[in-house]
Formats: sequence, structure tokens, C-alpha cells
Amino acid sequence: MDLLRFITAGSVDDGKSTLIGRLLYDSKNIMIDQLEAIGRQSKNREDGEIDLALLTDGLRAEREQGITIDVAYKYFSTPKRKFIIADAPGHIQYTRNMVTGASNSDLVIILVDARHGVVEQTRRHSIIASLLNIPHVVVAINKMDLVGYSRNVYNDIVIDYAEVAKTLGLSDVTYIPISALNGANIVDRSEELSWYDGGSLLEILENVEVQNSVNLTDARFYVQYVIRPQVEELHDYRGYAGKILSGTYRKGDKITVLPSGLESTIASIEIAGKEVEEAFAQQSIILHLKDDIDISRGDLIALSGSQPQVEQDLEALLCWMGNKPLVIGNRYLLQIHSRLVKAVVKDIDYRLDVNTLQKEPSPTMIGLNDIVKISLKTASPVPFDSYNKLRTTGGAILIDETSNVTVGACMIQ
Amino acid sequence: MSYRLDYLDQLESEAIHILREVAGQFERPALLFSGGKDSITLVHLALKAFRPGKFPFPLVHVDTGHNFPEALEFRDKLVEQLGEKLIVRNVEDTMRKRHLAEPKGKFASRNSLQTYTLLDVIEEFQFDACIGGGRRDEEKARAKERIFSVRDEFGQWNPKLQRPELWTIYNGRIDKGENVRAFPISNWTELDIWNYIRREKIDLPSIYFAHEREVLEHEGQLVATSRFIQLDPSDKVSVKRVRYRTVGDMTCTAAVESSATGIDAIINEITATKTSERGETRIDDRVSEAAMEDRKKNGYF
Ligand SMILES: Nc1nc2c(ncn2[C@@H]2O[C@H](COP(=O)(O)OP(=O)(O)O)[C@@H](O)[C@H]2O)c(=O)[nH]1
Repeated sequence: MDLLRFITAGSVDDGKSTLIGRLLYDSKNIMIDQLEAIGRQSKNREDGEIDLALLTDGLRAEREQGITIDVAYKYFSTPKRKFIIADAPGHIQYTRNMVTGASNSDLVIILVDARHGVVEQTRRHSIIASLLNIPHVVVAINKMDLVGYSRNVYNDIVIDYAEVAKTLGLSDVTYIPISALNGANIVDRSEELSWYDGGSLLEILENVEVQNSVNLTDARFYVQYVIRPQVEELHDYRGYAGKILSGTYRKGDKITVLPSGLESTIASIEIAGKEVEEAFAQQSIILHLKDDIDISRGDLIALSGSQPQVEQDLEALLCWMGNKPLVIGNRYLLQIHSRLVKAVVKDIDYRLDVNTLQKEPSPTMIGLNDIVKISLKTASPVPFDSYNKLRTTGGAILIDETSNVTVGACMIQ
Repeated sequence: MSYRLDYLDQLESEAIHILREVAGQFERPALLFSGGKDSITLVHLALKAFRPGKFPFPLVHVDTGHNFPEALEFRDKLVEQLGEKLIVRNVEDTMRKRHLAEPKGKFASRNSLQTYTLLDVIEEFQFDACIGGGRRDEEKARAKERIFSVRDEFGQWNPKLQRPELWTIYNGRIDKGENVRAFPISNWTELDIWNYIRREKIDLPSIYFAHEREVLEHEGQLVATSRFIQLDPSDKVSVKRVRYRTVGDMTCTAAVESSATGIDAIINEITATKTSERGETRIDDRVSEAAMEDRKKNGYF
């Protein structure tokens, strides 16, 4: 059994919450007491139906306003897979939430209301999906019941979206007609949609290949913590603890520590107290080196044959998430995994219009949810890869030094 | 060699990564240990994260005085085996010191008073991060909480001011007085925990397995009789075969009827069951739809 993380995106009222509720309900991942609780809240509704959307609308403020205001995580599983859903809201002011949810996702479901077709928000969500480099896109054309399950309506939307996908260079796009409300094509294929010859949404989610988004060629490992037991019998023990972000490491491999450039050889690899010959991407391990060299938290250990870039001048696409504006010349902290360095925003090249992909050169005011291309200078060299090559070592956050708040997501170019 | 990780391996590796981030980013972290299966799982993950080194944090238990004796016994045995430091602070002491009123009612729960003791112990040891066993599948408010969740000086959680959490980068920077609650098993479900416990052969307190116990039936839930609960003449008390799905206070944790004496049987029952963990076993969550959200805002775990 493996794991798929996905995100749902759509405009308000496209049926995102209903869809998630339906997935959980039809795959039997909702419990009676949860149903009773939403039943109590649905009572005020005129039609008396249970409102599946209430399952994901977690916080009271949201229940009162009837909108989703933050990213919520939901879980369900089938015998094939465990699923983690990031439910991110669709309003224009919440780009930051979608970026947040998208950063960890292997797949995005973009909801389109069959009556409205591809709208501005569809483009925006697709642009964000492409900026964040989400490997798989599923375009779910919802509310098919309201257009008489029409094949023509579906086909027209597919043709429209194919244009969007082409402009953005989205390579893996799957289309599916659904009715979240009626459960058509969600878990089971539906009779009304018998003209559609793909699998149900759940079948798509169960079968999409997740492994091919894991990079096994470029070995990257950021040291999180140095383990040095202070006891006599383990006097010489010095283990570098961290998670392999990509690639594989083998006993005897030649490694380079960055940014220092010091070299050594892997003496042994431990996973949870057991020695292994080889370890690979996503495993949390302890590395031991042959030489006693200076290594601490925030250093990157790469295989000598495939090293990342190490620079002080970085170019990045930045999604601004702060409430205060971004100011040229301001100092921030840049955190890339366990490495934290001071950084100055040197220049703002352009602002990207997330509806049209137009670049607006040298913008003056950068505010919440803006996506801009910036140049950064860091106080010390940072090891990284370009985000388009490696999501894991190409993503970094900006932190406001005075408030400690995370104010930006950087996709390093 | 296959380079695929099973979902439990992925969850395990993510949790170890988070534990090590806490160790790497904070000066004085602590692991909140309740004696329940989630915190026992956390301890197991900490062993994998830090052995052969010592834990870079003590275990902290906020004892309400209403615990199951089996859970306390288990706690002490585990700590002795581990050779790690345990700090216990009693809610009763806080009540005395702060002149807090003993909660009233049939199932008078000290659950809400735990918050005072917790904030006091954080203050006493100047903890800057508290690792907890919260899971997002437990409850709707938790579903939105970050893995690194910043609390203000009053221990309060502000759902509207949460930091965005991107990729697997955790921002643990805080001001003096603030602290972070870190949740390494956020992405695990109840079933994931049980499957992991089975796979790793993790020991649990005996009350998780079917045993005979005197219980009273209350609104469809089974509550163990104990000196902490007032019995009324009309109460129906009987001896039943039960087990616990969560281990909290004797006053606010309900048992489920079960004959499952082993972990396979428990997993079968949970897979078949139609009631969620909290709904079945937590008496305090029924009070209001927003119960958990309110308690979290007030500094609860
Ligand atoms: N007819 C029809 N209505 C739907 C469908 N999916 C969702 N809805 C309705 O559309 C409205 C908005 O749905 P909701 O899930 O709250 O949308 P969200 O804002 O995207 O989360 C609700 O009244 C739903 O009942 C569908 O497939 N068909």
C-alpha cells in the first residue's frame, strides 16, 4: 500500500467540499457520529438532505460564514492506497493557501462547473499548479447533472482546457465528468455518463503512478541533527541525522559536504538502529563518514558525482504571503530545510499575473498573494537545485525577522 | 532493490523528520506523554530518531489524578526501560496552588484544568516546544492545525493567524514567551497507528485489550465505575467485556464492548466499526460542536 497526497482546487461553490465529502462517504471513511454531527448542522437546510460539504468545513468561523478559510487535511484509504487531501479554498485572496497545499501534493484535482466551463479561477489554479510543479493534474468537470450529463458540454470544456494546459506546459492531464452531489463517477462509474470511457475519479486516484515523481538520481541530504551519545562506550560515535530528499546513498560512496566543499566517504548508514547497505529518497537515516570533518545542522551532504548549485545570489519566483508589503532592500531569513540564512531582496524583476501569465515589469507595491520574480542575496552560500529540476531542494521559505512569520514561498530558478 | 516506501514507512520517516526538526530548532523541547497509544507511538518514533543517543527532551506527564492505574503503571515501567527523564506535574497541586474549583457533575472532568498545569510546567522549565500526539483525523479543528503550531504566552492557538507550512520546511522561530506545539503524527489515522503498533510490536497498557470491567451505561456509552464518578440509584451498572480505544481520564473516556484480546482482533474491529474514535470514546467532545476548537484556543494540547 502506498500514499498519495493531493489537493482540490476550484472556485467557491464549484462543489469542492461536496466532492471531498462524497469521496470519504462513498469509500466508507465517514463514521456514524460524524454523520450525526453534520446531520444536526444540516437541519436548518430546507431540503433536509445531509450536507456532505460540512465534513470538511472545520472551523466555527467558516461554519458561520459558510466559507472555507484555511487549508484542512483529510484522510481516507482504500485497500490500494492511503490518501491525504489538502482542501484549499478557492477565493482570490487565498492564493497563499493553495500554494501551501500544493507544495506537498503529487496531484491536483481542478474542479470546473460544467455550466460555466473554464473560468478565470480555473486558469489561476492551473497556473499555480504549474508553478508549484505538481506532477499530475485531474480536471474534474462537476455538476454534470445540471447539464443533462451532456457529452458535448464535456467535450467543449476539454477542448478549452487543453489550450490552458498547452500554454502552461502541463504534461499529465486527465479529464473526467462527475456529479459530486449525486456521486456519479466518484467511486463507481455512472450510467448517465456511460459515454465516458475512463475510470471513476477514485480509480484514477488509486492508479496514478506516484513513484515517478521521486527523484532517485540526484542524492540530496540536509543534516538536521548531529547524534553524539555522551557515554564512554560510544565515545567515537558521530552520526548525521536527516532525511534523504532525493537520490540514493550507498556505503562506500564519495560525498561532498556543502557549502564547505569538504569531502569524505560514507562509512555506514543506519536506519532505526539497523545498518543498511543502501538508503534512498524519503527515508530518515543516520550517516556515518570515514573522516572526522566539521559538519553541522544545515549542511547538505551530496554525492560527489552529482552536486547541487551553491550560490549567494539567487533568482526565485516568490509567492508573497505576508500581510505587510514586500519591500526591496528588506532583510529576511531564508530557510531551505534545515539551513537558515539571512537574505536581502535585491530586486523585483516582474509580477506575474496569475490569471493571464502576463509579466508586469518592475512593480512597485507587492502585497499578499502576489507572485513575483525576485533576486536575493544571502549572507552565506546556499546549496540548492532549480525548483523545476528538484522540488525538494528548490523550494524555500522567507521568514520575517521581526515577526518570525513565514511571509513567502520561493521556487528557486 | 526496490526504492518504494510503504505508506507506514513514509509516515514513520515523516514523523522522525519532524522530531529531529524539533531537536534541531529548539533549545528546550519536551514530549507531552499521556500514557495513551499515540504518545507511546511517539516514544517509539523518538527511539528511532535519536538512538543510540539520549532523547533531547524529557517526557512530561500532566497527571489529572483521574488516570487509569494501568496507564500509570505502564508509564513508569516504560520510562524505566528507556532510561529517559520523566517530569510529572499534578493537576491537584495546581488546583490547590491556584485555588481552582473542582469541576462538578456526574462525570466531573479535570480535562479543562489540565491546561493550567500544562502552562505552569511550560513556564517552570521554560519549554519552547512541546511535542504532542495529536492527529488531524481526530477532529475537525485539528484537521487545520499546522505541524508546527505557534502558541502565544497564554498557550492560545489562533486559527486565523497560522503560519503557512510549505513543503517539509518547518518554521519554528518564536519570540520569548511563545512556544510551539509540534505534532509529528499529524498525518496518521487511528488505523495507521494500530497497524504501526502491530508491525513494530509496540507494547501497550492492558486496558487497550478486552477485559472484564464494571461499567455504567450512560447515553449509549460505557463508563468505568470508579471513585471519580458519582453513581445515582437509577444507574445501570454491570460487568462487561470491554476495551478502550483511547486512554484519557477515567471520567471522560468511554469503553467499547469488545472481545478483542489481541491486536489483530482490534484492527478487525476498528476496520468494521462505524463510529469514529472521538465520538465513541470521548465524553467531553459532545458538549458542543466547537468543543475542541474552544479548548485549543485556550491552550489545550
Ligand atoms: N446539482 C449539483 N450541485 C452540486 C454538485 N456538487 C456540488 N453541488 C452544490 O453546489 C453548492 C456548493 O458546493 P460546495 O461543495 O459547498 O462548494 P465549494 O465551495 O466548492 O466547497 C452546494 O449547494 C452543493 O450542494 C453537483 O455535482 N451537482
